[in-house]
Amino acid sequence: MKIMAVCGSGLGSSFMVEMNIKKVLKKLNIDAEVTHADLASAIPDEADLFVMTKDLAASSGIPSAKLIVLNNIIDINDLESKLAEYFKIN
Amino acid sequence: MLSTWLTTQTINIIDSVDDWKQAIRLSAVPLLEEGIISPDYIQAIYHLHEKIGPYYVLAPGIAMPHARPEEGVNQLGLSMLLVKNGVKFNSIENDPVYLITLLAAPDSSSHLQMLTELAELFSASDEMQKIFKAQTVDDILTVVKQY
Repeated sequence: MKIMAVCGSGLGSSFMVEMNIKKVLKKLNIDAEVTHADLASAIPDEADLFVMTKDLAASSGIPSAKLIVLNNIIDINDLESKLAEYFKIN
Repeated sequence: MLSTWLTTQTINIIDSVDDWKQAIRLSAVPLLEEGIISPDYIQAIYHLHEKIGPYYVLAPGIAMPHARPEEGVNQLGLSMLLVKNGVKFNSIENDPVYLITLLAAPDSSSHLQMLTELAELFSASDEMQKIFKAQTVDDILTVVKQY
């Protein structure tokens, strides 16, 4: 399982998202490799699940089944509920 | 410690700005004056925003503009501009933005501690309300010094 946090430049906001994903996975007791990257590096084969903001999701070309869309990068509760939902289905 | 980077020199407060570009330009002044970034860095942020949208607007009221190290960063740095009346960044969910925190990272790892501390600050909604309502730079510093 590989999860990729994505932002425009691949070193600012995506790193913040990566940190929050790691916190949530620990809480949910789920093992996964988490990385961060820029939008150009986010191609569907690179990870099992991609996390990015609504602003980027439309132009990412990632299929919706592999995508978690955040409205707010800081909101860890929103991230937790969306990740929990993803792992319930997958 | 965020107060290593955020000081009376690098934090500013302004009532209003014309648009998001001016907000970024003004937030960058302290870093430009110190040679931490070059003017190219600001242009790189503008270009990426125009290409893919406001990728650096993190949460309601909070923006963290940044580009790649090779686009004009000389050293690690951070600056903060509070726009009291807010400014639109064309972010559907998170406009208006009040706090612009400009990030300058010279490589892909030296800013990670700084970002960890910033993420903690941005997640503390009560403390962020204090920053949004700050009247003076010292009001902001009082909050920043806790992180």
